[in-house]
This record gives sequence, C-alpha cells and structure tokens, in this order.
Amino acid sequence: MAENPAGQHEKITMAQALNRALRDAMTEDDSVLMFGEDVGPLGGVFRITDGLTAEFGENRCFDTPLAESGIVGMAVGLAMNGMRPVVEMQFDAFAYPAFEQVVSHVAKLRNRTKGKLAMPITIRIPYAGGIGGVEHHCDSSEAYYVHTPGLTVLAPATVADGYAMLRAAIASPDPVVVLEPKKLYFSKDEVDLEVPQPGIGRAVVRREGTDATLIAYGTSVPLALEAADVAAAEGRSLQVVDVRSLVPFDDETVCAAVRSTGRAVVVAESAGFASVASEITARVTERCFHHLAAPVRRVTGFDIPYPPPKLERYHLPSVDRILDAVDSLQWDDA
Amino acid sequence: MSHADLLPADVPVQLIDPDGRVTASADALPSPEALLRAHEALVIGRRINDQAYALVRQGRLAVYPSSHGQEACEVAATLVLEQQDWLFPTYRDTVSIVSRGVDPVEVLVLLKGDWHSGYDPVATKVAPQATPLATQLLHAVGVAHAATLRGEDTVVMAMCGDGATSEGDFHEALNFAAVFKAPVVFFVQNNEFAISVPLARQSVAPSLAHKGVGYGVRGQRVDGNDVAALLSVLGAAVEAARSGEGPQLVEAHTYRMQAHTNADDATRYRTDDDVEAWRSRDPLLRSAAYLTAQGLLTDDRVAEMDEKAEQVAAAMRAGLMADVQPDPQELFQHVYAEPTPQLREQAAFLAEELSREDAV
Repeated sequence: MAENPAGQHEKITMAQALNRALRDAMTEDDSVLMFGEDVGPLGGVFRITDGLTAEFGENRCFDTPLAESGIVGMAVGLAMNGMRPVVEMQFDAFAYPAFEQVVSHVAKLRNRTKGKLAMPITIRIPYAGGIGGVEHHCDSSEAYYVHTPGLTVLAPATVADGYAMLRAAIASPDPVVVLEPKKLYFSKDEVDLEVPQPGIGRAVVRREGTDATLIAYGTSVPLALEAADVAAAEGRSLQVVDVRSLVPFDDETVCAAVRSTGRAVVVAESAGFASVASEITARVTERCFHHLAAPVRRVTGFDIPYPPPKLERYHLPSVDRILDAVDSLQWDDA
Repeated sequence: MSHADLLPADVPVQLIDPDGRVTASADALPSPEALLRAHEALVIGRRINDQAYALVRQGRLAVYPSSHGQEACEVAATLVLEQQDWLFPTYRDTVSIVSRGVDPVEVLVLLKGDWHSGYDPVATKVAPQATPLATQLLHAVGVAHAATLRGEDTVVMAMCGDGATSEGDFHEALNFAAVFKAPVVFFVQNNEFAISVPLARQSVAPSLAHKGVGYGVRGQRVDGNDVAALLSVLGAAVEAARSGEGPQLVEAHTYRMQAHTNADDATRYRTDDDVEAWRSRDPLLRSAAYLTAQGLLTDDRVAEMDEKAEQVAAAMRAGLMADVQPDPQELFQHVYAEPTPQLREQAAFLAEELSREDAV
C-alpha cells in the first residue's frame, strides 16, 4: 500500500501499479511465473517487471530467447502442468508471431478438452500509440483478440484498474489478454490499491452527464474525459463510460448509460472498420434504438497502418473530433 | 559438449535388419520381454490402423491419418515412457496414444467428429492430438519446464513429422528446450512426405537430426521400422533427458504406406514401386522374423496376440458404431470457466430454436 506516514495515499503511476500487481500475485501464489523478453534484470522496457527477478529469483521472473511464439507456446505447456504464467509481449505488433499460439491453443484448449485443461495464462500487451513510437510499436490490436472466442480481453485506463485488472487477470481460470495503454503507463493518480474495483466484465461510468454518452476504453478514456470537460465549459453535459472489459462486454451498464442520455459516441484509436468501436456501436443500436435521438457515432483512427510519429496526431481521435461528433447528434436546438 | 558430440551418425542406428537378423552385438538389444511386449503392441497397432481405415470407408470416421508402416515408431515412443511422463502426439499418432493405455474410441472422438478431444489430457498425461504442425512442441517444452521447476521426475515425448521440422515453432521449441535444459525428447517420424511434398522439397540438410546441432541439442538417427533400435535409441534419449542432460532430438527413417488421409490421392505424387520397396521393410514382419527365429514367438503366442488385436478392433467397431449426438448446449459450456453474458444469451437462443423444432 502506497501510504505515507500521514495516512494519505501517495501518487503512483500505472506502471508502478502493474508492478505491484505482479509482485502481490507472485507473493501470494508460488505458481505465478513472469517471463518474456527483457523482463528479467532489466525489468522490462517499460519497467513493469522491475525488481521481480531480484525478489523472486530467476525461476519466477525470467528472460526467454527472443521468440514470441515460443514464449506463448511455452506458457501453454506450463499452464498444462500446474503453473499460472504471465507473459509480456513487449509491444503490440511484436505479438503477432505468437498469434497462432494465442488463437489456436491458448483460446481453445479449454473448449477442445471439454474443460479438462484450463489455460490460466495472462498475456500482457503494451498497446496503442500517442507516444511518438516508430512503426510496429503503436498498434491497437484489440479487434484480433476480441474476435477470438475463449479469450478475455481487458483494457485498463486508470491506475487503480491497472492494479485491479491485472490481479483479476492472473486470478482468472481463463486466458486473459491485458492491453496496457503505453501512453498511460506514467500517468499518476492518488489511489488506495486495496479498494476493490469492479471485476472482469464490468463497465463503469467515469463521469455523470445528461446530454450524451461517450463510450471509451484504454487510451481513449482520459481523452473522453477531457472532451467532457471542454463540453461542460460550453454548456453541454457529457457522460463518460469506461468499458474496461472488452470481453466479456457489459451491455447492461453501457446501454443503461446510453438510454439515460439518448445520444452516444464511441471513441477508440484503432482503425474503425470492423473494429471494437463498430461492435459497440452495433450493440448499442440494437438494444437502445428507441431511446436514441440520433445514430450512434464513432470517432476512431483512420483505416490505415499506424502512421509515423510526425503524422500520428492527424490519425488519432482528438477532443475536437469527439466534440464535432457530439455536435452532429441531431440536437433540437441546432 | 563439442559440436561433434551433437551430430548424428551417418547411418541410422539399426539393430535388426529387414530379414530379422541381428546387425549389432546381441547385448545391444532390448530384453526378450521388452521385444515381445513391443511386438504385441505392433500387432494391435496395425489392427487399429486397418480397422480405422475400414471405418472411414463405412462413414464412421470423418477422416483417418494412418500410421500403417510406422507402427514401430508409434509403439516405441510410448513404451519408453514411465507413468509420470507426458506424451505429445500429432493427429497421426493414434497408435501411440492407444499404446499409452487410452481407449481407442476416446482417441478417435476427434476424427469421428463428436468433439475435438475425447480423453482427459491431465489424467492420461497425453496432450490433445495436435492438428496444426509443430505448435505442440512448444507446449511440450512448457510441461517439461514446469516439471523441472516443481522438482518432478518427468520426461516429455514430443512427436512430429518431417514436414513439421520446417515450421518456426519446431525451431523455437528446440531452442527454448536447450536454453532451459528442459527434459524433452523431440521425436521426428520422417515418413518421406508432408502430404504430397517429398523430403527433398522440405529440407536439404544432411538429415533432420542434424538440425539439433544449431541449438546445442544432440541429434540421432534411427531405423524407424526396427522396433528394437527404436526402443534402444528412444530409451537412451529419455534416460539422458531424465538425468538432466537436456533435450534430445531423434529422427526415425520410416515410410507412410498409405495416403496422408482418405482425402488424399498418393498416386499423384509417388509410384507403386516406391511403396513396394518399403513393404519389404515392414516393421511387423521384421519383428516377427527375429522373434520367431529366436524361438520367442510361438504359434500360441501369435494366436494370443491376434486375439487381443481382434478384441481391440471389435471394441472400436462397437464404440464407433454408436451414434452419439453431442449436446448442442455443450457448444457454449467450455469456452470459458463461466459463460459470458453474451454466450448465455446465445445458449438461450439456441435452446429456444431447438424447442420450436421439437414442437413441430
């Protein structure tokens, strides 16, 4: 617990919260192993595994040969023989060589064996952009994982969720892909990590509002909150829902929120075509059609490979684009 | 270990030649009991292959990749294992799994189409049969590494074919196993063809066993139709892995006598002459010739083995004749430990649809 002598909670970063989650899980359960590329003495390129090898030994937190399929494939076997592996994929686009293992085995072994083989594997993927990274370092790859039955897919957006969702992922009897927003690794918050957060499969309303609902996850949550701040200054009250859990998806919370305002904009930075944003839009439309005053809008990245750093600001959703989308929602006074 | 120690011999190890004559010193041979046990497993294995092939023609199995001609590899891979060891088979390794003690009807659930895996992999220590190539070799490394971490005395037998050695996962598995010193025996059944593609289009390495040297893994070649040599070489590899020497690579030279599966037409890519040349090297004939010459295989014993094989075949026929209708609700039950709200909705939708069908 990050608490100073005065009893106040210290500000910690999401990176520190994730590190604490790993440390606490490894302390509580000997079968939890952390491995991947550079996660040992270096502590991971983002330092999420900082100090774990020193504390738990190289049998518990270790570097592997540089081969992503090997990392995930070995995790499958470790899980078959009683371990709870946590693997780091280092960067979103570096995870693609492991895709066959994820899709064909991690996601399917429980089903293939009628529940005889569980796959309690956590796959940590630093995802998305907005950090000026070069090619293959900024992909939003959530749609690939979300489209794969058998995987649970989480996208924390707050420091408290970074801790709580990684703990929940490691504790899950099923494989969980945790999409860690790189852009938010070093955002700080004053939190008590011991306060329970809503579990896997739950969305939360991050900001109350009455005029329209912004639906976001991961890197887009702080952006949506920022847009709501600006809108409030302009006299429009925007509600912000943080989806948190992409699979399972919380239709109930999201749709209740949309029904309460009658207008919705889905915000995500991945390419928009056939995306998670598309799925949310379709689900909300199917379930809330008679409550809607306007079609649900999407604000996403363009349908292009993630752009080079000098051009990423043209691609990514922005406060202006979100507010423009909100303005297009057929207001009576417009 | 110098690289020379990692390299396989120029000629595959053979202990008994195709005519049943001992080609090595007699004390290199496995015990008579071990050879008789293996021969019985070969007889049963051949019967399983031929029965399964017939069941495909009768429409009782959707498909069957036969290991006819490769039975010596199949049974030896299992007979060298202890109870606590794990077997990682491919789709062609039905006979291996049966030799491990799993009911053939449970093994054939996958190929019958009732579900993807019909046996309990944890209870049997047999991984689900792998249909993608070489992906299971990495799982084998993980199981072995977990065993090391848990202080278990476990060896993992990881099987694949010649085609699988071209896959990236084969190479990652060898490298990972070597780096982590995992107790895995990688067993390549080189049967000359990956569906239709001959070995020469798969690899130009001196042998597939030579691929070990690049990873610091010892490679060995063995006559894949000589069950005595297989028991000896695979047995030694298992012991080396068990005693902490790290992973081992064994390549067996054998031949797939039948097509890849019933869906394949082998006459498009190989000649009858090739197949005939291998018929004279049949692993059962060789084993029988040796054991008979030694006076170990009597007419009574032959009749006894044939009877056992016939019982296995009869049980297969009975088990596979049964028309099992899998419960459609099971489609939703094993995707997650707890179905998601979305899956519950879909399960309810299907139940409603089925109840309307029943009402008609």
